[in-house]
Amino acid sequence: MCEETKVNENGDVAIKLNNITKIFGSTVANDSINLSARQGEILALLGENGSGKTTLMNILAGIYLPDAGSIEIFGKKVHIRSPKDAINLGIGMIHQHFKLVDVHSAADNIIMGNKSEGIILKKKRYKEILEISEKYGLNVEPRKKIYDMSVSEKQTVEILKMLYRKAKILILDEPTAVLTPQESKNLFNILRKMRDNGCTVIIITHKLNEVLEISDKVAILRKGKSIATVKTSETDALKLTELMVGKKVTLSIERPISEHKGNLLEIHHLTTENDEGVKTLKDVSFSLNKGEILGVAGVAGSGQKELCETIAGLMKVKKGAILYKKENIIGKSPEEIIKMGISMSFIPEDRLGMGLVASMGMADNLLLKRYKNGKTPFVEKKEARKLSYELIEKLGIKTPGIDTPVRQLSGGNVQKVLLGREIESAPNVLITAYAVRGLDINSSYIVYDNLNEQKKKGTGILYIGEDLDVMIELCDRIMVLCHGKVTGIVDAKDATKEQIGLLMTDAFGKEEDDDEQD
Amino acid sequence: MNTLFNFLFASIKAGTPLLFGTTGEIVTEKAGNTNLGVEGMMFMGAFMGFFVACYTDSLVLALLAAFALGVFGALIYAYITVSLRANQVVTGLALTIFGSGLANFFGQLMIANYKAANGGAIPKLSERMSAILSEQPIPLLSQIPVVGKVLFSHNILVYLAVIIAVLCRFYMKRTRFGLDMRAVGENAAAADAAGISVTKVKYINILFGGGICGLGGAYISLIDGGGVWNNNCVSGKGWIAVALVIFAGWKPTMAILGSLIFGAFTVLQFYVSKSVIAIPNAFYTMLPYLITAIVLVVTSMRKSNKVMQPKGCGVNYFRESR
Repeated sequence: MCEETKVNENGDVAIKLNNITKIFGSTVANDSINLSARQGEILALLGENGSGKTTLMNILAGIYLPDAGSIEIFGKKVHIRSPKDAINLGIGMIHQHFKLVDVHSAADNIIMGNKSEGIILKKKRYKEILEISEKYGLNVEPRKKIYDMSVSEKQTVEILKMLYRKAKILILDEPTAVLTPQESKNLFNILRKMRDNGCTVIIITHKLNEVLEISDKVAILRKGKSIATVKTSETDALKLTELMVGKKVTLSIERPISEHKGNLLEIHHLTTENDEGVKTLKDVSFSLNKGEILGVAGVAGSGQKELCETIAGLMKVKKGAILYKKENIIGKSPEEIIKMGISMSFIPEDRLGMGLVASMGMADNLLLKRYKNGKTPFVEKKEARKLSYELIEKLGIKTPGIDTPVRQLSGGNVQKVLLGREIESAPNVLITAYAVRGLDINSSYIVYDNLNEQKKKGTGILYIGEDLDVMIELCDRIMVLCHGKVTGIVDAKDATKEQIGLLMTDAFGKEEDDDEQD
Repeated sequence: MNTLFNFLFASIKAGTPLLFGTTGEIVTEKAGNTNLGVEGMMFMGAFMGFFVACYTDSLVLALLAAFALGVFGALIYAYITVSLRANQVVTGLALTIFGSGLANFFGQLMIANYKAANGGAIPKLSERMSAILSEQPIPLLSQIPVVGKVLFSHNILVYLAVIIAVLCRFYMKRTRFGLDMRAVGENAAAADAAGISVTKVKYINILFGGGICGLGGAYISLIDGGGVWNNNCVSGKGWIAVALVIFAGWKPTMAILGSLIFGAFTVLQFYVSKSVIAIPNAFYTMLPYLITAIVLVVTSMRKSNKVMQPKGCGVNYFRESR
């Protein structure tokens, strides 16, 4: 375990990657990357989408095999052929999508695959896990099933899993993407503690303020190549962005004032239930005006998905009304709702699940929403192809070709295709959920600019977001959801991150009666 | 009253091959593979069990051979789905067709060869073998009133099936290997990241499950067959076993109850007097399948995430897939 490792004044080199190359088909994900990290140091890995950060870390974790190059761990040259090899070398990775078995308890997830457990599972494993978690000051209930846990609880289980395996090198892939600011602070405290115990921590994140807050050094990748490694104390957000993007950029989001006035969408006392009869939205009321970006903040699973899906007509409503230009749209089919001008760009965690058809090309995916407008029984491919090229140009989509299955594009590019298609249909109401999740700074700004452009046209935008800093800058108003309830709607101009963070955990509300939670 | 006890006794006897098949399929599915080849592996086990029992006159060898052929069938399936990552449903269906064809072909061949060598006599189990396989009351336990007759006076394979089911439950629920295997079945990527060899775990459990199915086949040819080989002897029991897996909620111990109920439907016609309700025999023959369909509908309506098919079922795992 970490505290057993002796740390030198400078710290020994824990990881050294020499000329790592990884090629997927015709894409070079990693192009002779060099990287090193010392013991007792937090290294932030920064780069745009598709710059090869996750691929590189997956190579360290034994998920991918490098095509060329060598790896040295604690000064010894090693071959990492499987996650098992990585674990044996003391490397633990917490993936962006947690690698946990939902139906198993926390304890079982932590001990699985561990040879030292003995053949028969013992009851006292729960107690042992509890002891270890207390030792590190983590809060894990060993018997609790993963599906009953919040995102941050799941993350804590992942961290404990790594500690239990005596990981000396911990890799975290966008760990704060789904956490509240308070939870992120907590996580950073744990990471600092691990660093002080001699662990090496590598963290991938797109949030520059976090990079500056937590890391000792920053390594920057661009288009699969290692660009530079800088000391955090000697750099700032602008310098880092320039290294990452490769050109000068400005880091501010505008909030244009729209001339359009008037109410577009009114939601009254909206209540929904899931399959098990648990209320997922409780008495939600708000309105969306023309030319407004209304942000929706909340911990993952607070009802954002349900809100999107009910407005788009995908989900049944238990109670309440959704008025679009004074007409109730409840009971209308998604197609009818689209025709009325409500377009939803919904980007769920499973990016390719709901928005696009993964095995089809970009042009064909664009056709999916357009073919009904065609005059002949035949699909008009030419139009869609033209539009595809326009979008590639406008949004800077990186794709080998418009007929390449969208599945093969990197996550950020998939999102751009989806958003591009929705904006192109010129909607009156645009619903975006996590529009910039996993997108790098540059792409994110392209998305913000596009949303603002829509706003100027008078479109009402419901922006379900995660990054509070961005929401405060971009949105006009921010609505906060907690356990399916609206805990507050604040004016973004004078809102603070802390205030919203507290609303997200309903700190101002009365004690939640938890009967309905399970 | 006596009729009721006889009915229960017969239900257990008829349910045992289903229990073997169900246990085998549960082990397979818990490791994340739906093997629809249960029927085929039972057929293979049925032929091999009978063939070896007939020619070597040894029950142990016959059971081992039936198990081995079940393993062989499962090996074909495992290679195609785990190593080559082909579609599990199609592969399972092909295995069913292959297994039944194989058993019937070699069954006919065995009869023809035996006849030629033994002056027209057909292959039969020896009297010694029949005696070993006959129903024998367990000393003392069978003395218990009612329960003794219903539960403790069976042929030896009935107990084997129950023991295997109970051991499998223990293996899955209480051992580290079982935990690893359930993890692979639920989320192969998570198991892989935790250092579990997904391929190894899948192979071991698919082969083991196939072997148990093979034993179920041997039960059919050795016990139900009346000492001689019958073509098409498995006749859909493998399919009922696949459905029973869902009914049992992927728990081998629940499969014991499930197979008893389905066994009861199979033998119901012999215990309902025609003078009470006159129902054509064809209806009784249809009954187990009808119940299977109903059970599938009802169990599919369950919405709890506690009793659900392992999430990895039907999905082949490839570490580097993006």
